[in-house]
Amino acid sequence: MPGGPSVTRPSPFPCPQMRSRGHPKAWLSPESARQGVTAGQGHPSTRWGAAARPSTPETEVRAMGSKQTVFTREQLEEYQDCTFFTRKEIMRLFYRYQDLAPQLVPLDYTGCPAVKVPYELIGSMPELKENPFRQRIAHVFSEDGDGHMTLDNFLDMFSVMSEMAPRDLKAYYAFKIYDFNDDDYICAEDLQQTVTRLTRGELSAEEVSLVCEKVLDEADGDHDGRLSLEDFQNMILRAPDFLSTFHIRI
Amino acid sequence: MTMSPPPKDMEEKAHDGARGHAWSSSPQTGNNKSGRRPSRKRAPKVEGLVGMRGAQPSQKQKEWVRGSPRPGSPRREQTERRTRCEALRGQEQSPAMKTGGSRRKRDGRASFKEQRAPPKKDKELLRKEEKWKQLKKPRSSSLASGTSGGESLSEEEQAQILEQVEEKKKLIATMRNKPWPMAKKLTELREAQAFVEKYEGALGKGKGKRLYAYRMLMAKKWVKFKRDFDNFKTQCIPWEMKIKDIESHFGSSVASYFIFLRWMYGVNLVLFGLIVGLVIIPEVLMGVPYGSIPRKTVPRAEEEKAMDFSVLWDFEGYIKYSALFYGYYNNQRTIGWLRYRLPMAYFMVGISVFGYSLMIVIRSMASNTQGSTSEGESDNFTFSFKMFTSWDYLIGNSETADNKYTSITTSFKESIVDEQESNREENIHLTRFLRILANFLIICCLCGSGYLIYFVVKRSQEFSKMQNVSWYERNEVEIVMSLLGMFCPPLFETIAALENYHPRIGLKWQLGRIFALFLGNLYTFLLALMDDVHLKLSNEATIKNITHWTLFNYYNSSGWNESVPRPPLHPADVPRGSCWETAVGIEFMRLTVSDMLVTYITILLGDFLRACFVRFMNYCWCWDLEAGFPSYAEFDISGNVLGLIFNQGMIWMGSFYAPGLVGINVLRLLTSMYFQCWAVMSSNVPHERVFKASRSDNFYMGLLLLVLFLSLLPVAYTIMSLPPSFDCGPFSGKNRMYDILQETIENDFPTFLGKIFAFLANPGLIIPAILLMFLAIYYLNSVSKSLSRANAQLRKKIQALREVEKSHKSVKNKDTDKVSGDTPKSSKNDTQLQITKPEPTSHSAIQSQTLDKKARDTETSSSASGTLLPASPHLRGSQPPGVKPDSGKLQSRTHPWRSASGKSAQRPLH
Repeated sequence: MPGGPSVTRPSPFPCPQMRSRGHPKAWLSPESARQGVTAGQGHPSTRWGAAARPSTPETEVRAMGSKQTVFTREQLEEYQDCTFFTRKEIMRLFYRYQDLAPQLVPLDYTGCPAVKVPYELIGSMPELKENPFRQRIAHVFSEDGDGHMTLDNFLDMFSVMSEMAPRDLKAYYAFKIYDFNDDDYICAEDLQQTVTRLTRGELSAEEVSLVCEKVLDEADGDHDGRLSLEDFQNMILRAPDFLSTFHIRI
Repeated sequence: MTMSPPPKDMEEKAHDGARGHAWSSSPQTGNNKSGRRPSRKRAPKVEGLVGMRGAQPSQKQKEWVRGSPRPGSPRREQTERRTRCEALRGQEQSPAMKTGGSRRKRDGRASFKEQRAPPKKDKELLRKEEKWKQLKKPRSSSLASGTSGGESLSEEEQAQILEQVEEKKKLIATMRNKPWPMAKKLTELREAQAFVEKYEGALGKGKGKRLYAYRMLMAKKWVKFKRDFDNFKTQCIPWEMKIKDIESHFGSSVASYFIFLRWMYGVNLVLFGLIVGLVIIPEVLMGVPYGSIPRKTVPRAEEEKAMDFSVLWDFEGYIKYSALFYGYYNNQRTIGWLRYRLPMAYFMVGISVFGYSLMIVIRSMASNTQGSTSEGESDNFTFSFKMFTSWDYLIGNSETADNKYTSITTSFKESIVDEQESNREENIHLTRFLRILANFLIICCLCGSGYLIYFVVKRSQEFSKMQNVSWYERNEVEIVMSLLGMFCPPLFETIAALENYHPRIGLKWQLGRIFALFLGNLYTFLLALMDDVHLKLSNEATIKNITHWTLFNYYNSSGWNESVPRPPLHPADVPRGSCWETAVGIEFMRLTVSDMLVTYITILLGDFLRACFVRFMNYCWCWDLEAGFPSYAEFDISGNVLGLIFNQGMIWMGSFYAPGLVGINVLRLLTSMYFQCWAVMSSNVPHERVFKASRSDNFYMGLLLLVLFLSLLPVAYTIMSLPPSFDCGPFSGKNRMYDILQETIENDFPTFLGKIFAFLANPGLIIPAILLMFLAIYYLNSVSKSLSRANAQLRKKIQALREVEKSHKSVKNKDTDKVSGDTPKSSKNDTQLQITKPEPTSHSAIQSQTLDKKARDTETSSSASGTLLPASPHLRGSQPPGVKPDSGKLQSRTHPWRSASGKSAQRPLH
């Protein structure tokens, strides 16, 4: 196979620590410029995410801890690039995650252990336990749709739910959350489930169906009797409260 | 692709197989039963075919191959799962597999994902993909040259790589916005980083990056700072949590009262700062001390009891002769070493209290209206918003959650009721009749109570002239007023039940009616006060004489050694006038305090004790107290709001004569905030129909503005037309209070300014100015009307456009459905079309769904029919030279050539 000149990695695991190749780093931010530039392959290179979100030595120390290393520096950097969190927040989230199942989750993630925290524990987090859609949230963000979450899924979930996440991203995941039968459309059945969960089943059947009918009437742009992602986004774009309510603070 | 990971050594072959399949529309797959599980045997043949087509590096083919079946895959979900599988498998691949080729595969995957990304990103992605497409070829060659170790890049290639690098950088920067699972994001990120790293150096273009990075950093920091600042600002808003708590229990209508209370508190704080900072503190610090002049001394007759609590409680004694009241201030033009012009400051602060209040009320009204206009279009989505945005994901408390559930349920029910009501028209005549009847009854009530008040006030004036009147006759006015205030609101409420209004509208009517009733209250109060003032003013002349004579006699009395000047008369002994301003101030002060006490006692007795009784006596009572008669009290929104508004009116009226009044009011609002919060949470129940306060509620503000105007009138009247007391207050000795302005202008401004002011005060100038203002108002009003008309028209147009778009879309949908349904033969062409361009309309997910369906059909049909060859060369031919098939597949969005190829693909159908 004609190997492209791209980087040959020892292992393609999506786990950051596996980037064993010494990264030539040019920390371009003013603070981190001091941290020194190691000449890698003879050319300066830039890591833009890192530049945009500089790592200060203190957080490094705190994050790594004096006792043990939870993440390598690269892992943290990459998580920062892939989520809306800072280093500190990632560490906090990790500890939250670890607290859910202390005997299950190791304190050393440099080896990228394939650990999943079961849904029962995820759903019992105070941030989620009152949420009528917690099962859906866990389902959407978990890898296999069974609600059991790896740390990556966990970070994904709270990244999307963070207040920094843009409306589009939130709308995309909100759509998936409200799409109960995973058919990429919010149909009347999904709407009924949503209403039932929102009201704890206190509306009568006629009322529920009236509400669903009205929602479809309002938001269904192409009159096919169900909401596509596009319809949903079109609607949610105008919702004044969406950003403030679709948001979990952690 | 769904197969399980093959042994490593076979991996490549399997991939070749996949490639074979990947020409999915092409004949090879035709024999493939599964359509996507190519046998290994086939692989060499495929390779051969590919080889025949020639010169393309196998990587590219692979991309083409790998990606192509995906758009045709039956279900998105499946696709996704498969993608995940692949990602997993990709992870397990040997390092050798991790070449540019595999990266491209991933890119292919990525771009397919991107098709499903939210539409807003589409444009960006489109751009990206286009560039990507253009870059394909050069890049591969550059890759090749990279492997060979040669650095001979042509200019063009360099530029392209540079562009690509920029793309990657953008990808890195926006990675966190992508709706991908973390594993994918990480892989993509690493790919992009590696690419950037590799080629940035090779290109040797490093300049400007630092600046860019710095700017990025600064932008980030700025955003973060702004966010933090906003958070800080919200944290600075007091009682936010309390109000949220109440809102979750009692709905936004009750919370709106507390928000109004908080707003009022803020306004009063500003007024308080103004008065304390500019009037009270200068007077206390720099004015002549207490006891030095008559107006600052308790008179001899009152000295005995001046410190008694009962006297102080009535704001007499020492309190009366303190800086809290008008009379304490001296009429010295300047005080202290700062030469602070206190009378002038007093006058200006009195004016600016009104000015500031007017400004703030009107400003908040304006901002509310602005909010309401932008809110206009959300009417179209009442139910949708309720369904999808009403749950607050921040809720983590079970009690709050319970409340949220109930409030959502109620709001749904309410919207349903509204909806049904808007549809129901049959009872319109009855409703109209009932409403007219109710209004008639209420107007009768109001007229009756108005007449009653008038009658009682008249009678009280007669009584005041008579001697030895009974207790009842003396207090008749107050008794009648409080009886009216007690019984009319419930009566109104009962009558309003006839009208069958929505509670929100009902509340407004109720507020308006009680307001009208309370105006009578205000009227009697002011009338009594004015009578008092006039009485005092008429006595003033004689008192002035007496004072004059006392002093004259004191100094000129015989029998005193003329050579030794007599010690000045002690200020406490000087006879003085009644100082009507202070009397008015005291009246307002008393009223405010008694009002506060009455409110608190009502809350304690009416709400708290009732709640206690209901709660605890329920164990041993004949019937269910909680559900039955007394039950718990509901929070009385209208009464509380009106109480607040009228109280504020008192403050505005009184603050000119009692600068300390605003301080008392600040205390009152503060305590009532805590007290009422506690009371409402402890002893009230939510309304039967929890209703939402409209967000753009100008009704409270409108009432407040009316009251502000009404309270401005008497103050302006006293300032302009009553002479101030001769021996107390900052304006003593002047003919009118506003003379202080003239005095300042004459003495402290240059003469020409005085002339200008005098000229400006000329009625010949003022009347045209007023006329001009009217004209301006008229003009602005007509402009705003025409603008709003234009606005409405535009909105209608947008609506119409949307309708057209909708119908267009649905028609198109039907068409495509028909096409795919009618002609099974065409389906393979459709697949072709799909390969080149999966989504005909850029944003229509539905369309893509139907295409997916079609594709499913296609796969089966294409596997059945053998005549596939003609299509694919045709398609390939139809592509523009620079575009690789793979990239073509990746282009999910509208491209100029897309339609062409689509047409060409469809041509055989017809």
